Amino acid sequence: MFASKLIHRQRKKRSKLFRERTTAGYLCALPWIIGFLIFTLGPMVVSIIISFEEYNILNPPRFVGSQNYVKLLTGDSLFWKSLYNTLYITVFGVPFGMVVGLLIALILNTKIKGITTFGTMFYLPAIVPIVASSLLWMWMYNPRFGLINFLLSQVGIEGPNWLSSKTWAKPAIIFMGLWGAGAGMIIYLAGLQGIPKQLYEAASIDGANWWRKFANITIPMLTPTIFFNMIMSIIVHFQIFTQAYIMTQGGPADSTLFYVFHLFNHAFRYFNMGYASALAWVLFIIILIATLIQFRLAPKWVHYGGE
Amino acid sequence: MLTKSKASVSWFARKQTKELMFKLFAYIILLTGSCVFFLPFFWMISTSLKIDTQIFLFPPKWVPNPVKWQNYYEVLSNTPFLIWLRNTTYVTALNVLGVFLSCPLVAYSFARLEWRGRNVCFIILISTMMLPPQVTMVPVYLLFKMLGWVETFKPLYIRAFFGFPFYIFLLRQFFKTIPRELEEAAMIDGCTPYGIYWKIILPLVKPALATVIIFNFMASWNNFLGPLIYLHHPEMMTLALGLQYFEAAYEVDWSLLMGAAVMMTAPIIAVFFFFQKYFVRGIVLTGIKG
Repeated sequence: MFASKLIHRQRKKRSKLFRERTTAGYLCALPWIIGFLIFTLGPMVVSIIISFEEYNILNPPRFVGSQNYVKLLTGDSLFWKSLYNTLYITVFGVPFGMVVGLLIALILNTKIKGITTFGTMFYLPAIVPIVASSLLWMWMYNPRFGLINFLLSQVGIEGPNWLSSKTWAKPAIIFMGLWGAGAGMIIYLAGLQGIPKQLYEAASIDGANWWRKFANITIPMLTPTIFFNMIMSIIVHFQIFTQAYIMTQGGPADSTLFYVFHLFNHAFRYFNMGYASALAWVLFIIILIATLIQFRLAPKWVHYGGE
Repeated sequence: MLTKSKASVSWFARKQTKELMFKLFAYIILLTGSCVFFLPFFWMISTSLKIDTQIFLFPPKWVPNPVKWQNYYEVLSNTPFLIWLRNTTYVTALNVLGVFLSCPLVAYSFARLEWRGRNVCFIILISTMMLPPQVTMVPVYLLFKMLGWVETFKPLYIRAFFGFPFYIFLLRQFFKTIPRELEEAAMIDGCTPYGIYWKIILPLVKPALATVIIFNFMASWNNFLGPLIYLHHPEMMTLALGLQYFEAAYEVDWSLLMGAAVMMTAPIIAVFFFFQKYFVRGIVLTGIKG
């Protein structure tokens, strides 16, 4: 009799506790839930609607059906140009950045003195504000008095006009990006340090040389990290904007007009809000497809055996 | 017997030289590499201290002579640099405050409290991390315009108070690694979930919180697109936008531009050196568990 009363009381207490925790759960998550509704879900819905309208803020919006999307695909040469520029910078920038980051990480992953200091040196450029680094590299690329062309002249090469050359402006931005390769390097380094030491020891006993260990242990074990860096790097390159805005204003002859720059121009220079929204959704679809392809291809080369 | 030991000695010696050679090689590469990576910094600082006639020299002068410290004074007196600095500090401080109030609280809810729809909400949270910000950029701008917040700092910090998905995700991952015993003990003692959060969880997650706040500090300090969209008056600009404005206005005054760039970068580098360990931990947390 007494026992059952006690159990009953305990149950009641527990359920009260449970309810309290549930309420607390909603309350604590509330800031994000509200923020999600106001700043993400709501704007997404509005963005889809606006993308089927013509809207320049001054006049009320006018429904135009799929006109924005049709214009984008058939009537806007700058859309294709900006897409080409963005793909160009992604196709070259991503692998170069990854290789440089990985090489530095591999060298830093040796047991010698002063490694932390070297690591800091390689990492620091990655945290320089992008506005500051863009200004710095504008000056570095100055065709007559810049450091780059001076260094090139020392080995007998006459440097191009970098940022005012249609051919060299994009490579210049890619090369400048390599200066920030330290961001990826740190992630590789963490991945390298996560590889179990026993694997190398076992390989040593089997008489494997440096190259065999590198090709058969280091690289396969690092593929998840490489995959992660690749996905992030592709997304970052697709959204490249600030460097071009500051250094080249999209020129010369639109050769550094990147996709987000084109979108920005339509949204905040010409106030074509409808067209800009259509551009944004096409960008979203492109990034989504690119990411899905990567995940589809991943099982072919990413090795998850380590965990 | 003797020959065998001799052979092993020579093998050992050979291995040692090999290791020494390898180390030497690594040092040479590391030294060259870090010089290359440091060179732009050097060039930035060197230019910022040059007198006008030494900027446009070919071949360039590496070390400025005389050193013109006055360039920095000129940046401060010829531009609204200090106003930009104040604006940036204001926006950054409110961002940090917002993230501090919202992100760990939401992360706590996702990591520790049970409520219906939690898992669905968490999946939504993760998916919003993948959403390119450009998709919501236009409607959010229209919203702020409707509220009359264009040309104010509000659009640049208000969202921090609702939590950023990436930081919430990071903190939740960290919360999951903390043992539950302490909380359970506190719960039995009659502590409410809010009490547990404030008295137990928050002090325990200080390192992860420090990481998130540093990330947020940097993102806010360096933000360019936000101020570009919402701020247009020179007195209202942040450093990032102001520097660009300064560049467009003064064009080729490279010593002043580099001086301004140095002054904008210095606080970030200082923060990095003060909080280095949180930095690296945070990046590792992103890379491995993301």
